[in-house]
Amino acid sequence: MRPYLLLICPVLLFLGASYLLPFLGIVQLSFTDPDPGFAQYGHVLSDPLSLGVIGRTLRLCLIVTVVSVTSAYVITLLWVRGSPLVRMITELCIMIPFWISILSRAFGWLSMLSNRGLLNTWLQDLGLIDSAIQMTRNEFAVVVGMSHYLIPFAVFPLATAMRNVDERVLTAADGMGASRLRIFWQVYLPMTASGIMGATLLVFVFSIGFYVTPALLGGGQSVLVAELIYLWIFQIPQWGMAAAMSVVLMIAVGGILYLLIRRYEDVTP
Amino acid sequence: MANTTQIEAHSVGKMFGDFHALRDVSLDIKEGEFLSLLGPSGSGKTTFLTMLGGYQNLTSGKLLLEGQDMTNWSAKQRGFGMVFQGYALFPHLSVAENIAFPLKVKKWSKAQMSARVDQMIEMVGLSGHAHKKPKALSGGQQQRVALARALAYEPKVLLLDEPFSALDKNLRGQMQEELRRLHRDLGTTFVFVTHDQEEALALSTHVAIFNQGALQQIGTPSEVYEHPANRFTAEFLGDINIMSLDAEKGGVAGTKIDLPTNASAFDHIALRPEHMRLAGETDVNKLPVTVRDMVYLGSKSRLVLETKAGEELMFYIDNGPGLPPPDLGAGLHVAWDTGDSFAL
Ligand SMILES: Nc1ncnc2c1ncn2[C@@H]1O[C@H](COP(=O)(O)OP(=O)(O)OP(=O)(O)O)[C@@H](O)[C@H]1O
Ligand SMILES: [Mg+2]
Repeated sequence: MRPYLLLICPVLLFLGASYLLPFLGIVQLSFTDPDPGFAQYGHVLSDPLSLGVIGRTLRLCLIVTVVSVTSAYVITLLWVRGSPLVRMITELCIMIPFWISILSRAFGWLSMLSNRGLLNTWLQDLGLIDSAIQMTRNEFAVVVGMSHYLIPFAVFPLATAMRNVDERVLTAADGMGASRLRIFWQVYLPMTASGIMGATLLVFVFSIGFYVTPALLGGGQSVLVAELIYLWIFQIPQWGMAAAMSVVLMIAVGGILYLLIRRYEDVTP
Repeated sequence: MANTTQIEAHSVGKMFGDFHALRDVSLDIKEGEFLSLLGPSGSGKTTFLTMLGGYQNLTSGKLLLEGQDMTNWSAKQRGFGMVFQGYALFPHLSVAENIAFPLKVKKWSKAQMSARVDQMIEMVGLSGHAHKKPKALSGGQQQRVALARALAYEPKVLLLDEPFSALDKNLRGQMQEELRRLHRDLGTTFVFVTHDQEEALALSTHVAIFNQGALQQIGTPSEVYEHPANRFTAEFLGDINIMSLDAEKGGVAGTKIDLPTNASAFDHIALRPEHMRLAGETDVNKLPVTVRDMVYLGSKSRLVLETKAGEELMFYIDNGPGLPPPDLGAGLHVAWDTGDSFAL
């Protein structure tokens, strides 16, 4: 008997009680409410509405992930490699959003992007557009809002990877005559691939469960999985369906994670 | 080996803020030379090497390459090969891809490139490792990849910054041998940074000794070892016995000694321990000493001897058969040839 197993027992018990048991409850619900068997899954996986929602969620989350990780890469570059002043400003821009709740941020974007919001008013005042451009209650707003929330989270794995880059390797590439473009694409980017992978995982998993931001900024136009589950629990009580959907989501995320992590091991230096 | 001067440094200086990392360094490097830059930590060796390579700007002075002013050329324009401290291999590329990188940059054709890569891998003895990533290689193997990569496009000059410092002693010896062989076979100029005296003396055709940012002396290994220009060089390059001259400059510790010709301008004479011997009948320079300590080292013993003036000398004797070791406190006479001693 290895003694350390005994020491981690309390943690395992706590995790089991707080995560595993409720999850098993959900699994049970998905197979029993209202009908015993696979009926709920059959419905979730065949009903055009729920299939559409799953598809839209995966698509939007993919877009959000790409937008967030790309923007975060640029921001992290500034943070890690910028001049001291640039670094300080970037650091503030990364930290401040952490102190603002997700709800306020969604409202912030509403007041920015809505038809009578800041952006439309400015554009009209400047005479660049005649009538307001629809920038809320659609997927565009959801992507903006979600990416804005997720970028700071993507920064940290990227920063770790960038700080681990041996400066001499870049100097060496430069001395061999490689252009800055080549150094970036063929040396720096591959050397930070582990950070990109980590940020991608983190952002994607986070984004799947988003509720507030898409609800507010999508204005019902772009219903995502979390909203649908909410609907099935609180509006038209169909707990079995909600449970089945949760399990499907869980498995989908698990599968994608598995694939990404397998790839991740290939790129970690 | 052509005997033309390839690189000239004229009064090169480097400041970091108001700190002089290098001051007034002038030296010539001939084509095909193996020059070691030797000095204690922080003496400015890396700084000088990276300035030669074009990786750092000079604060003052200038650098010439084959007579042309290259002071403001970039590393790329100079086109020297460089092996960095810590190797600086591309971690995401295989051995073959690492070596091919500079060739790709120089737009070699596919066929030329793969032939050259194979040749380099063969040359540094890494056949069979071509597809491994650096992290799957041992320290010595990574070192070879760095060498092969730096030499792949046949640079005129190869700069190496303490390439062996991370290797254990055996591997170090082996790599030193290989580096000598490479230098012989290629005829490329090597400039090699080390803080290991033995390594510098064993490998190079010339040694430049640095201390606190200043060039102390440059010469062949035997020149700098046997005729050090100053006390720092003398002490840095190995064991040295230094004795104060008597006031009238006629001898040491009250004994009349045949002194080197320029001794009257100095206060000390110095002598490597291996140039000292137990005095025989015919010896001229005979110095009486007392044995103060003895350390048994296997084939030899190291003695600490004290002169009549109270100065300590280091002396080695062979532990051969039939040679009883002297007792502590016993009196001896040591002797040396005048030509082996030098004034400091
Ligand atoms: N970028 C820099 N900024 C400030 N000081 C520096 C910088 N680079 C080097 N120095 C200083 O210049 C001096 C010489 O440094 P250098 O790296 O050339 O020493 P070195 O002889 O290579 O030593 P080592 O054997 O430890 O590598 C040191 O005192 C070092 O602190
Ligand atoms: Mg150094």
